[in-house]
Amino acid sequence: MPANFLFYALSTVTLAAALGVVLNKNAVASALSFFVCLCGVAALFVMLDAYLPAFLLILVYAGAVVALFLFIIMLLDMGGGDRKPLKKTTAAAALITAALLAAGVVSVLSRGKFSTEPPVPIPAGSLFTDLKLYGAKLFTTYMLPVQLVGFLLLIAMLGVIVLSKKQGEDKKP
Amino acid sequence: MTIGLHHFISLAVVLFAVGFFGVLMRRNTLIIYMCLELMLVASTLALVAFSRYNGSPEGNIFVFFILTVAAAEVAVGLAIIVALFRRRKTVQVGELNALKN
Repeated sequence: MPANFLFYALSTVTLAAALGVVLNKNAVASALSFFVCLCGVAALFVMLDAYLPAFLLILVYAGAVVALFLFIIMLLDMGGGDRKPLKKTTAAAALITAALLAAGVVSVLSRGKFSTEPPVPIPAGSLFTDLKLYGAKLFTTYMLPVQLVGFLLLIAMLGVIVLSKKQGEDKKP
Repeated sequence: MTIGLHHFISLAVVLFAVGFFGVLMRRNTLIIYMCLELMLVASTLALVAFSRYNGSPEGNIFVFFILTVAAAEVAVGLAIIVALFRRRKTVQVGELNALKN
C-alpha cells in the first residue's frame, strides 16, 4: 500500500535527521538536520490530515526558529560545536538513559488498547478540513487561550529586548 | 497491515527519546536547546495522531497553542544564551559552573 510505504519512508527520514541533530559535530549541520526533521514531521502531519498544523510547523519552526538558530550560531561563531571530544562513558550513560525512557513509555503504552484500525474518514465540513470552522472555534470556544497566548508573545518580546540590551547602556549619555 | 495509531505513537516516543539523548549527551547549550525543541515536536506529533484517530479536532487546536508558546520560548531562550555568551564568553555547559560549591 502506498500509505504504508509513505509512512515508513517519512519516519525513516525524520529519525535519521533527528539523529543527525544529536550526532553532528558541526552546529550548522545540526541546525540543517533539524530543518529536515521538521519537514518530515510536517509531512507526517499531512498524513494525519492536520493541514494547518503542518503549515504552521513549516512556517514557525522551519522558517523562523531554524533561521534564528542559524543566526545565533553565526553570532556566537561556534561552527566547531563541542570543543573537547566526548567521554565514552558519558555517551553510553546518555544512550542507556534515553533507551530506558523509551522503554518506560512503551511499557506504559502497551498496557492500553490501541485500535489498529484505520482512522474514521473525516466528515465533510469538519474542523480538520474547513479553515473557517477552525478560526470560528479559536475565536469562540478558545477565546481566552488566544488572548493569553497573545499576551505571552508580547511579554516574550519585551523580555528579549531587555535581555539583549547591552549591559550598562543606560549610564552612557 | 495498515498504519495504526500505535505506529505514530511509537515514532513520537522514539523521536522524544532521541531528543532526550541529545540533551543528556551534548555539551553545547545551543545543541541542547535544539534537542529540547525536538522533544517538543515529538509530543506535538503524538497529540496530532491521537486527535486524528479519535476523530476529535481539539488536539489540532492544542497544537496551535503549543507552537505559539514554543516560538516565544525559543526567542527568550536564545536571548538568554546570547546574554550568557556576552558575559562568560562560552556556551559549553561544562564551563558554566558559577553555581558550583
